[in-house]
Amino acid sequence: MPNGIAVDKQGRLKERAAMSDTTLLLTITIVVFFILYLAAILFLGGSFTKPQNFLNILNNNASLIVLSCGMSIVMITGGIDISVGGVTCLVCMTCAVNLEQQGGNMLTVILIGLGIGLAFGVVQGFLVAHLGIQPFIVSLAGMFFAKGMTTIVSKEPVRVTNEGFLAVKDMRINVPGLGAPNKLGVYIPAYVEVGVVIALLMVILLFCLLRWTGLGRAFYAVGGNNQSANMLGINVRRTKFLAHVLCSVLAGLGGVLYFLHVGSGDVANGAGDEMNAIASSIIGGTLLTGGVGNVIGTFFGVLSLNTIKRIVASLGFDEAWWSNITVAAMLCLFLVIQSVVLLRRNKK
Amino acid sequence: MSAPVKNPETQVRRPDEPLFKRLTRQQLFIPVAALALLVLFNLIADPSFFAVSINQNSLGNPVLSGNMVSVLDNASELVILSIGMTLVTASSGGQDISVGATMAIAGSVILRMVCGGQVTADTMQTPLILAVLAGVLATMLCGAFNGTLVAYFKIQPMVATLIMYTAGRSIAAWINNNQLPIINDLGFKYAGTFLPGVPVPTPIFITVLVILAFWLILKFTTLGLYTQSVGINANSSRLNGLDPKLIKLLTYVILGVCVALAGFIRVSRSGSINYSRMAENIEMDAILAVALGGNALSGGKFNIYGSILGAYVIQFLTTTLYKYDVPSTALPAYKAVVVILLVVLSAPVVREKLASMKKAPAKAAKEVS
Repeated sequence: MPNGIAVDKQGRLKERAAMSDTTLLLTITIVVFFILYLAAILFLGGSFTKPQNFLNILNNNASLIVLSCGMSIVMITGGIDISVGGVTCLVCMTCAVNLEQQGGNMLTVILIGLGIGLAFGVVQGFLVAHLGIQPFIVSLAGMFFAKGMTTIVSKEPVRVTNEGFLAVKDMRINVPGLGAPNKLGVYIPAYVEVGVVIALLMVILLFCLLRWTGLGRAFYAVGGNNQSANMLGINVRRTKFLAHVLCSVLAGLGGVLYFLHVGSGDVANGAGDEMNAIASSIIGGTLLTGGVGNVIGTFFGVLSLNTIKRIVASLGFDEAWWSNITVAAMLCLFLVIQSVVLLRRNKK
Repeated sequence: MSAPVKNPETQVRRPDEPLFKRLTRQQLFIPVAALALLVLFNLIADPSFFAVSINQNSLGNPVLSGNMVSVLDNASELVILSIGMTLVTASSGGQDISVGATMAIAGSVILRMVCGGQVTADTMQTPLILAVLAGVLATMLCGAFNGTLVAYFKIQPMVATLIMYTAGRSIAAWINNNQLPIINDLGFKYAGTFLPGVPVPTPIFITVLVILAFWLILKFTTLGLYTQSVGINANSSRLNGLDPKLIKLLTYVILGVCVALAGFIRVSRSGSINYSRMAENIEMDAILAVALGGNALSGGKFNIYGSILGAYVIQFLTTTLYKYDVPSTALPAYKAVVVILLVVLSAPVVREKLASMKKAPAKAAKEVS
């Protein structure tokens, strides 16, 4: 019987339940995350048992979730975008200056964020898709440009005091059914910030986009093999262009969420986020070669990355270097697992 | 994997081609043109940029100073890195983004050795050569780690080196227990500053020696040929009896040696180290140097002299911008614009467009006559 095809009782052909690469890697990621978190609860207990602790991972990383999803989409088409951290930083600074010195409000902040993202996306997408320049070089220049522009906008950190903004920033959405009594015995409901809701909405939206729309399937097709995608009638250039635009717009949105979380503009905002986003995507099962990946996996990638950071910190290795070293070790482990799994499958 | 690549650098000799077109086909056209533009700009804006004078330094030695000397001096680390990066790019079709972090490791190891584990030392506790060898060994190990992931586990180079990129600076801090050792021995600083009585900065000599060494290696060994053949088609090189995995690994180890030398020069300039800021973003500059030198970042054929030239162009640009009082934090924005201009001009699509635009008026003129 040909591999991958089976006949059911009625004699109809159906696909055998062989998992695609995407599903396999996604399963690994989710399983690893749950094992990690369960292990933390069992062996470390303490703060890990409180729901708020888990929700804080989301609160602190709403922007990273959005950035990583954008990164995954570009990686699925076989590209890369390392300008997302820079864009985040630029968006934070510009929004802060806008709120403080130009009397902006929430609407202008969102418009600025998406506008900056769109501008970066259009330029980078054009250079990558239509002029055929390597995405790494293009987005490297994008990162340099964004970081340089940030200091041109303002060298000093800008702290926001705008009331309308602070109201949104401090808005807390209680999660029903979760919560824990504090030391005085008063029941404190667990909360998430506004950014988390937006980030989760984006994950669901992007999952639907990748799964059920023509554009989403085109991303996978182009990443898998752009010549055969071309022969299938997919406009490869347009698809790549749109992937970069989407990624940068998401980076802009991520910038707004970051800004909502920290409430200030600073040159150090979003530093290293491009690498965190790439790492989360990889842990989430996206391959840099393209064609394989899933935003749900990326979401769990972000969670795993930050869970391991917390575990390391609560084990008492709170010197700054341990967190980096464990993240690197985890990245290494995942890469090797993926590589071994995929090499084996390809050999069969 | 990608659409068929049209190589604009295919150097087919066509005698009837106009001179200008033949020039633009050369691989070195972009870096040379960029350098010429920068020189021209400085000549017009302020010729005193090129002035070189002999001053006394704080030790009373006569030393050369001037912008040109500082370009050659400060580019040293970048030039050495870009040579190794070219080999890695050629063999594996990807770049090592961990060079800045591994430079910090090399610097940390060297400083720990010469300080003998103390925080400050007035004399070297270990012979310099031993310390440098230890640094070389450390970065060769890092290179071997990266190379193994790339060659044997078939992980894309950028992702594989992301591990070292994340962990490198932390490992560097860990080696010295997060202390910042300082060495006050003048002998240690010779390599990064001036030898007594010699007016030319020592890094320039080291760079020239490294370039010479690679020239000899590429001329008298098969390293260059094998690297290119692995980069162009790993499978057919395997069928021809090469071991592509070993060659990829070897290029990463060679890059490790270059990184150690660059790290040594960097720590020896000041005799101290800052783990998070040392050689920050130098990996990006090194990759740019390779790209500016006209080397395909997807691997295959390479030209290390292009990368070397590219590295000097980048340093020249940096020094020029500093001269016009561009703050160092805003520097990347200007660099990015220049880089984009350069890569856009060298993109095959744009070159074809430009060529056809030039042809079109000529054709029209012919039709009229």
